[in-house]
Amino acid sequence: MTAYIIRRIAMTVPVLFGILFVTFLMKALIPTDAVLALYSGQVSEEKAAEAIAQIRAKYDLDKPWYQQFAIYVGDVARGDLGESIRTRQPIVDEIGYRYWNTLVLTFASLVVALVVGLSTGIASAYWKGTWIDEVAMGIGLLGISMPAFFFGLILIFFFAVQLRWLPVMNAGDWKGLILPAVTLGLIEAAPLSRITRASMVEVLSQDYVKAIRAKGLPERHVIFRHALPNALLSILTILGLQIGGLLGGAFIIEVVFGWHGIGELAVKAIGWRDFTITQAIILVSATTYVLVNLVVDILYAWADPRIKLG
Amino acid sequence: MTLADPRELAAADLGTALDEVPAGPPRGGFRAALRRLWRHRSGKIGGGLVALIVFCAIFAPWLTPYDPLKLDMIDRLQPPSWSHWLGTDELGRDLLTRVIYGTRYMLLVSCVATAIGATGGILLGLLASAGGKWTDMAVMRIVDIMLAFPYILLLLAIIAILGPSLVTALVAVGVASMPGYARLVRGEALSVRESEYVEAMRVLGAGNWRITFGTVLPNIASPLVIYTSYTMPLAVLSAAALSFLGLGAQPPLPEWGAMLVQSRSFLRTASWVVAAPGFAIFFAILGLNLLGNALRDVLDPKART
Repeated sequence: MTAYIIRRIAMTVPVLFGILFVTFLMKALIPTDAVLALYSGQVSEEKAAEAIAQIRAKYDLDKPWYQQFAIYVGDVARGDLGESIRTRQPIVDEIGYRYWNTLVLTFASLVVALVVGLSTGIASAYWKGTWIDEVAMGIGLLGISMPAFFFGLILIFFFAVQLRWLPVMNAGDWKGLILPAVTLGLIEAAPLSRITRASMVEVLSQDYVKAIRAKGLPERHVIFRHALPNALLSILTILGLQIGGLLGGAFIIEVVFGWHGIGELAVKAIGWRDFTITQAIILVSATTYVLVNLVVDILYAWADPRIKLG
Repeated sequence: MTLADPRELAAADLGTALDEVPAGPPRGGFRAALRRLWRHRSGKIGGGLVALIVFCAIFAPWLTPYDPLKLDMIDRLQPPSWSHWLGTDELGRDLLTRVIYGTRYMLLVSCVATAIGATGGILLGLLASAGGKWTDMAVMRIVDIMLAFPYILLLLAIIAILGPSLVTALVAVGVASMPGYARLVRGEALSVRESEYVEAMRVLGAGNWRITFGTVLPNIASPLVIYTSYTMPLAVLSAAALSFLGLGAQPPLPEWGAMLVQSRSFLRTASWVVAAPGFAIFFAILGLNLLGNALRDVLDPKART
């Protein structure tokens, strides 16, 4: 187990460096030179050249790329993500509270997705082939085909515009969290329900399930004590991908509901051409995703005795 | 559906990792598979929806008397009626007309982005499987790092570099789906290369090139088609979502996602402005998903529970 965890953490380090390198490369790949653009047409040629040289020196753009990369890694390691091109404020200040908001939304959606996805998946598997299964799978197919942003607009229409139960736009309190979390959670429950159904169907057909049923165990024990834990194991393997989906979904849902998370800011920053913010948000969210996957994998190892003992 | 990873949906459907989809041509060959597809219930519905979209895209100018771009301030925000079946938008344009013309963008996106992703990914995967140990290592490290990013971050990174536009969105969606294809192709190709018939070909003197493109590629067609049945609806969704965010096709283009950009402000007064493009996206993706379901049943009946 310990050996596995150490190996798994060691595997994460090069991936984190890869992410750093990609976000670093993004700057080099921008076709327009931000420094040139800053001064073009504003002042005379010589003055511009002088100012450009100064700025290049200030941001270490005159050094070779590997030195720049080392400086970049060092800055990030110290928690310095640079400053926004537009507002000249440190990016850490701008995205700090937004990062927290995105985590809250993602976590709330995950809870909704797990509750709805697991329960419908288990019900479908238990009553396989009946109308319950048919209905659940039908709704699941609709859920997989429904764009999250349109579903969000539909929910706003019914619950905020028609019924007036909830605010149309997020006002910063818990009421503002309900609609976005339900939207994202229900959408992401669709694939989760399918996975749960598939792995429960497989587990329920195993001989040991027949054996404990023959022993006369109550059905709820068969389902929740014996079948579900084994089915959860295979669900856990794709939970990491699911969290990636939730994080991606959160980026769009934030825009629909005016939720002040990093996704909303990233989209705005692309519009503003505030490149350093986009870069920082991509770095932060990709790192979060990798670390969450690390935790999921460790959980999996902890839950699966084959890895724990091996 | 969120902008998930196609692998997530594949796992949801097949109950297994996609790498386990068996290699080799479908049972009874591709012609028999097509015939089974035609008899499949969800294949018929999905195929019908997709055929309708293709029909609209080709015959758009003959299907509607209106212009998708021409403004008509007198008829703005009209509710659905006999002269405007789906109503008109805030600039007086007929929504049904714009939805019909939108099929062209949807087809363009699904075909071009998928083609970019599939071609790039297949070539990378074949290169990794056939190019020797070091090439394999190098290609797969790049693929791993790309897969370490959630799908939407790859899209945002590419769009931040190239600037928002319809073409950029196409390229971004295509490039972002490359690593998934590459990993799938590499795994499938390696298992084909280890088979006895490839061994026999090698003994008979067939070169690496001929084995890769003449034998390996045709033999991994089934899993590739299955994987594409997941990436295609995702490509349509991604492009629409990007346009909705203002990062893809820009108004006034009659692209469905772009038609939804200002939509929230109309929810109270003119909900049909939101409903028309929204349901168009939904039915397009539903059609592709139904067709994909049928394709998967037909190509690989065992893998579904």
